[in-house]
Amino acid sequence: MQRQHVVVVGNGMVGQRFVEALKDRDTDRAWRVTVLSEEPRRAYDRVALSSYFDGVSAEELDVVADGCYDADGYTLHLDESAVSFDPAERVAVTSKGQRLTYDALVLATGSYPFVPPTPGNDLPNCFVYRTIDDLDDIRAAAEAAAAKGRGRPAGMVVGGGLLGLEAARALRLLGLSPHVVEMAPRLMPLQVDEGGGALLKDMIEQLDVTVHVGTSVSVIKQDDDRLLATLANGTELDLDLVVFSAGIRPRDQLARETGLELGPRGGIAVNEICRTSQPNVYAIGECAFINGMVYGLVAPGYSMAEIVADQLLGGEKTFTGADTSTKLKLLGVDVASFGDAMATTEGALEVTLNDPVQGSYAKLVVSDDAKTLLGGVLVGDASKYTMLRPLVGRALPGNPVTMIAPGGGDSAIGIDSLPGDAQVCSCNGVTKDDICGAIVEHDLTDVPGIKACTKAGTSCGSCVPMLKTLLSATGVEVSTALCEHFTMSRAELFEIARTERIATFTALIQQHGKGRGCDICKPAVASILASLEHGHILDGEQAVLQDTNDRYLANIQKNGTYSVVPRVPGGEITPEKLIAIGEVARDFGLYTKITGGQRVDLLGARVEQLPSIWRRLVAAGFESGHAYGKALRTVKSCVGSTWCRYGVQDSVSLAIDLELRYRGIRSPHKIKAGVSGCARECAEAQSKDIGVIATENGWNLYVGGNGGFRPRHADLLLSDVDTETLIRTIDRFIMFYIRTADRLQRTSLWVESLSADGVNGLDYLRSVLVEDSLGIGAELDEAMEHHVAQYEDEWAAVLDDPDRLRRFATFVNAPDAPDPSISFEIERGQIKPVPVQLMEVTR
Amino acid sequence: MTSTVDEKAMSDDAVSLEAQQRWVPVCRYDDLQPECGVTALVGDRQIAIFRIYEGSVYALDNQDPFTGAFVLGRGIVGDRNGIPTVASPLLKQVFDLRTGKCLDDSTVGAAVHPIRVRDGMVELAVT
Repeated sequence: MQRQHVVVVGNGMVGQRFVEALKDRDTDRAWRVTVLSEEPRRAYDRVALSSYFDGVSAEELDVVADGCYDADGYTLHLDESAVSFDPAERVAVTSKGQRLTYDALVLATGSYPFVPPTPGNDLPNCFVYRTIDDLDDIRAAAEAAAAKGRGRPAGMVVGGGLLGLEAARALRLLGLSPHVVEMAPRLMPLQVDEGGGALLKDMIEQLDVTVHVGTSVSVIKQDDDRLLATLANGTELDLDLVVFSAGIRPRDQLARETGLELGPRGGIAVNEICRTSQPNVYAIGECAFINGMVYGLVAPGYSMAEIVADQLLGGEKTFTGADTSTKLKLLGVDVASFGDAMATTEGALEVTLNDPVQGSYAKLVVSDDAKTLLGGVLVGDASKYTMLRPLVGRALPGNPVTMIAPGGGDSAIGIDSLPGDAQVCSCNGVTKDDICGAIVEHDLTDVPGIKACTKAGTSCGSCVPMLKTLLSATGVEVSTALCEHFTMSRAELFEIARTERIATFTALIQQHGKGRGCDICKPAVASILASLEHGHILDGEQAVLQDTNDRYLANIQKNGTYSVVPRVPGGEITPEKLIAIGEVARDFGLYTKITGGQRVDLLGARVEQLPSIWRRLVAAGFESGHAYGKALRTVKSCVGSTWCRYGVQDSVSLAIDLELRYRGIRSPHKIKAGVSGCARECAEAQSKDIGVIATENGWNLYVGGNGGFRPRHADLLLSDVDTETLIRTIDRFIMFYIRTADRLQRTSLWVESLSADGVNGLDYLRSVLVEDSLGIGAELDEAMEHHVAQYEDEWAAVLDDPDRLRRFATFVNAPDAPDPSISFEIERGQIKPVPVQLMEVTR
Repeated sequence: MTSTVDEKAMSDDAVSLEAQQRWVPVCRYDDLQPECGVTALVGDRQIAIFRIYEGSVYALDNQDPFTGAFVLGRGIVGDRNGIPTVASPLLKQVFDLRTGKCLDDSTVGAAVHPIRVRDGMVELAVT
């Protein structure tokens, strides 16, 4: 049978989704596909366009599935648009003169940026914000402006909607000072109401963006090599460039010229299966007028793409409307809007909670009888979006004020109040019942399992917190088994090893586990044995348990080289030692970078170079910084009362004392600490596992802080204590953490997880550490004294021992040969790894 | 009739393969610590060698197929459901030492190399 031919006009996100949807389903290959792309590059993620200025490359924005156009009969023509088509003859003509005969034509031409008819809108350095080419032009203009060297360049964005704020973010990333001009009285007028808009404006202005609302641009004039914009309210802006981002209009010209029916304000009119007024011609995405409107969002476009793919293969899917709810982060500010956000339903009531101090605004729109949730707006804190959106159109589970009250959160609304048929994942249309059913039916115990089974949480990911709540609500007990080899948790294994005095992994797994271990239990047990002080971590069987970082006492990097971090206690270093580090780095050709923990990282060392590097460092008086270990990293400090006019205590001396006391101790995860000499907190101690802040009378001790992946401020455990009490409490804190935490559980989560007899977290911790409620205080103190007494520098101990040294060879049959796959190039005067090519046969 | 021809062709292939293969000693068996990988340089190929707890030896290509770095010999050796394994030290994907197949992603694998122990020496086959 002759294959049918579909011609797709446009290769944006929606056009591409259509091609991939068809390809997935057309398993008999009944269709040939030809795609015309006007742009010189294939489909890319236009939603994430501003990330292009964050360093994301055009290649990374590409959304085309691997091998999509390698398939037989799938062809993509770049730089070639459709100039006309003849519905009677079913022929499309391209800009390069090709005549393509089609059985179906899919118009996915998207939209074009609307440029208001302001005089001067066509001057040089006036841009639109739509394609990667536009971004390249804007970047070039920004760089040219900066090169003039007249201070920080300025740019104006015309339009304060979603796209306009994205463009403002882009200008900010380019180093420009952005102005945003919005004709409506507030930012994001389509998504956010007046109250939310006011807060949004405040928050965005704090980010160094000047916002002009309720006014428009009257004229733009050339002023030498600059632009001068006059706003309707009289404000004059002296600018380097202008970006128009005042909305989009459907690209319906081709359809218009061919006489297809259009919507009243443009857009190619289509029915519920996305067919235009001509048979065999479809329109999808932002160019289509469907259901009485033109959608400017990608999700409805994707639905349309799926429908047409389905239609071509004889399916019966239809368009039933689209959820225009949105949750996004604009310039770092959370904004969410869902359902009837503007309260247009007759008799709708609004419940508003505005907290300008905390920077959050929440509004719920409810029916006139206050029984049904209709929609809402959240600005500043959009965490309740996942819980509220599925409830739209349903009975309110509680008092609307409590539902949006701070801290109310999930518990106030309650997962139980969510009806079973409510969509939890709106991207993939997965309901609460689907998820709970899958949990029970497939014995799912974690979020990845739910994702694999139901597809929930696999698109935007905003419902993932809800998936976790559903897991625990379904009564799934999350297993505490370490891995398939041990049924106990890390804390239980620690107690077994401690009380039974087990000193090797083999003994532990033979007596208490099964099999031969894995990359989860081996390093965990190695850490337990090290905490219990069973000799050097590279001795005997311990060596083979270690992760590569501990095995080579250095941090592995992406190209298989390692980094070296000597300890710099408290961040205090003499000029001689600083010079020594510099000389080592220079002599071995290492890349150097200052770390966040007040030390120097030396990167790019090969395995067989590590002992020579350390011989030099040890000779200069350095020792291991344990940057490679689940161990104490650094104790960061400010200069303290010795130098600082505000300091009230000697923070540097205390930081050094603490770092030297706890160096080398192995723990469930890394431990970071900080000491600040006064309440100004220059050492950022409250973001550390252990934070100390000086007071007039002594020290305040904070615990459980964290930066990184899941930031958390540390909690105040003790106030105004003397140094002796402080150190005893930290001793106990660390030892209690080592005994009872889970594998790879940072202190922040560990503190939150603690509880007994109804006493939780910090209070419980205080009772154990300060009041010694478990009667283990002396034991913990003794364990720490033992650690301090037996500490030795791991690296010095390697250099003194030929057996340990032998492990530092890249090749067993050529101990001095360097790894030939490692090579570097130069960037800003230092080395950087040349990416290694993957061999095709292996992948 | 046809089958005879096929068998002959196959045995010819086997002979020629044997002829092309050369066993190269790389280290003493006793140099291998149980459950600890090492890497050998054979010509310009990097081959990771593993001795598991019960004593057998395995050889995989040293290149981690996920990252391209030559590091598999530095992974942690263990087992999954009784299958001897090594975990990449970079992103921790686990490979079957017998087949080179990645157990976390069945579309990916590392090449397996012939390996044997003769007179206390570990030997790799090169072609």
